[in-house]
Amino acid sequence: MTATTGQQSPKDLAPDPTGKKKVVRIGDRVFSFSATAAGSLILIVLAAVAIFLVQQGWPAMTAPIEELQEVPGFTYSNILAYAGPLAFGTLLAALIALVIATPIAVGIALFISHYAPRRLASGLGYVVDLLAAIPSVVYGLWGGLWLMPQIFPFFEWLAKYFGWIPIFAGPAASPPRTILLAGVVLAVMILPIITAVSREVFLQTPKLHEEAALALGATRWEMIRMAVIPFGRSGVISAAMLGLGRALGETMAVAMVLSPGFLYSFFLLKAGQQQSIAANIALKFPEANALGVAVLIFSGLVLFVITLAVNMLARWIISRRKEFSGAN
Amino acid sequence: MTTPPTAPSAPDHSLIAGSLPRYATPAILVGSLAVVAAVLALLGAFSIPVWVILGIVLFALANYITSRVVEGGRKATDRFVTTVVYCAFGLALIPLVTVLWTAVANGIERFNPYFLTYTMRGVFGGMDAGGAYHAILGTLMITALATLISVPIGLMTAVYLVEYGKGSLARGITFFVDVMTGIPSIVAGLFAYALFALFFGPGIRMGIIGAVALSVLMIPVVVRSSEEMLKLVPNELREASYALGVPKWLTIVNVVIPTALAGIVTGVTIAIARIIGETAPLLIVCGVVDSLNLNPFDGRMMTLPVYVFRQYSQGLAPNGVVTINYDRAWAAALTLIIIVMLLNLIARLISYFFSPKTGR
Repeated sequence: MTATTGQQSPKDLAPDPTGKKKVVRIGDRVFSFSATAAGSLILIVLAAVAIFLVQQGWPAMTAPIEELQEVPGFTYSNILAYAGPLAFGTLLAALIALVIATPIAVGIALFISHYAPRRLASGLGYVVDLLAAIPSVVYGLWGGLWLMPQIFPFFEWLAKYFGWIPIFAGPAASPPRTILLAGVVLAVMILPIITAVSREVFLQTPKLHEEAALALGATRWEMIRMAVIPFGRSGVISAAMLGLGRALGETMAVAMVLSPGFLYSFFLLKAGQQQSIAANIALKFPEANALGVAVLIFSGLVLFVITLAVNMLARWIISRRKEFSGAN
Repeated sequence: MTTPPTAPSAPDHSLIAGSLPRYATPAILVGSLAVVAAVLALLGAFSIPVWVILGIVLFALANYITSRVVEGGRKATDRFVTTVVYCAFGLALIPLVTVLWTAVANGIERFNPYFLTYTMRGVFGGMDAGGAYHAILGTLMITALATLISVPIGLMTAVYLVEYGKGSLARGITFFVDVMTGIPSIVAGLFAYALFALFFGPGIRMGIIGAVALSVLMIPVVVRSSEEMLKLVPNELREASYALGVPKWLTIVNVVIPTALAGIVTGVTIAIARIIGETAPLLIVCGVVDSLNLNPFDGRMMTLPVYVFRQYSQGLAPNGVVTINYDRAWAAALTLIIIVMLLNLIARLISYFFSPKTGR
């Protein structure tokens, strides 16, 4: 192109009389190139995360087992046996959080979208968003110093009356630095994201469906059950999965309230049974030697793969939904 | 012969026939709470949580039964669900209120000018001294660096997606930006560590690594919010600019971005508020240090969230002021909450005062 000389002659601005050559200005080129580069950088960063984790975790995968067993806390026959219980603990804590948070979040989303007075609704949404604004370390502090003594009688009560269910088998640990407490704190932390996504979906319910249900004499709950919930179901599922993704990666809350153990254990009220990958990294990384760091980075890679899968699935459900919701 | 119409009794044909009066629900609620309070007081087992829980359970039951008798089963179910939905919201307020309350109540005593202007240098055991000055400055510097890295990349990506993006690359970027918001913060920290360990060898700890880790978390948030704002700019503005012969890139720089600027700044402020409290990545890449370090390219740097964690994990002191570590943790948590709330407030004010009035 002629215009790439930098100086813009009047000829460049006027339409080319031949009508064949399109004028491309150097500024346009530079700008569109840098925009594309910035966009591509995101993909590169995501790929780099995976590549660097593999590269730095590689020593842990290839080192002879005798060397690995010199890493403090490593008493397993191979690297996967080390990551296994951690992955189990991560999933267990996240599942507990999900089981507690999802019904409450759906309730709040319904409250804001269909129950609260119109004027209050947006303010209430903001109040729930405040929960997301509070840093995770503050939740850890709150869970460790305030919630722990408050919730202990409830855990004791659970162990006393529901101890016959294996997961609640007592005696309840005192102080309750258990996976159930970690799950409760995580539930508080993932509540805002599940609420926010569910609320958006519920608000998108076609008004005509709702009005049709009400016109047929349905009560408000029947309207919600017949019109809102069927419409929002896939949205709520993906919201829950986004919450799951966040709970899997939360570090500080677990590191600060859980007394770690490395077992495949379902006991929710006993301390020293489970540990999550993220919390394990945060607690051990500062003091780990070179091979210990590699082992931790390997476990981080496992966490990355798990969260990536969960998030991709959630986003895929949401994006699939967007395509047909316009037709309604 | 038709039967003569019977004289209707007024209430039966009224629109509100067979429904409870408006004051019924509050009356039942107050009644239930009073009954539970009385019973608990008689048993000598009165405590506020038990009172509230049992009161609400009794209210739900009483409300359901009353409604079932007067209004029928369907409306009773409706009322029951209403109670449940209100309870869900009330339940969410418990952590919010108690987090804010405990942080203020426990942190206010130590949250003073001394705490904000002194470091932890030479402080040990249960000494009644030490502050978070080094951590506050560290947090501000690392966050500022992360913002410097994230905003150009994030904004240009948003420009690409709105102005240039077509086809599979744009779709891929949109999808992976969303996926990237879900990267665990500790993985971002490990990534930044791995990146720098490649060049500087293992065991490296620097402020800039923390900034890189935070950028990984911040970029997708900036992209998302900027993209939304750029999309809101009316196409007529762009077309008017093109019609005057302005090149596309100057149109974007001089017309599109200024129009969306308030929204973009709001989004960036919210993104800063979100990452300023990140702990895990900074804990592993910036390390822990007791004194002030203002050079992010050399040596460990303390940050406020890490300071909270550090103080908390040290536990009770063996002598002197026994709870000093917890007190400092609460005071630092309060500082952090105040910073985050201020940032959110600033974001709201910017969007309130500076966003263009659409009139629609």
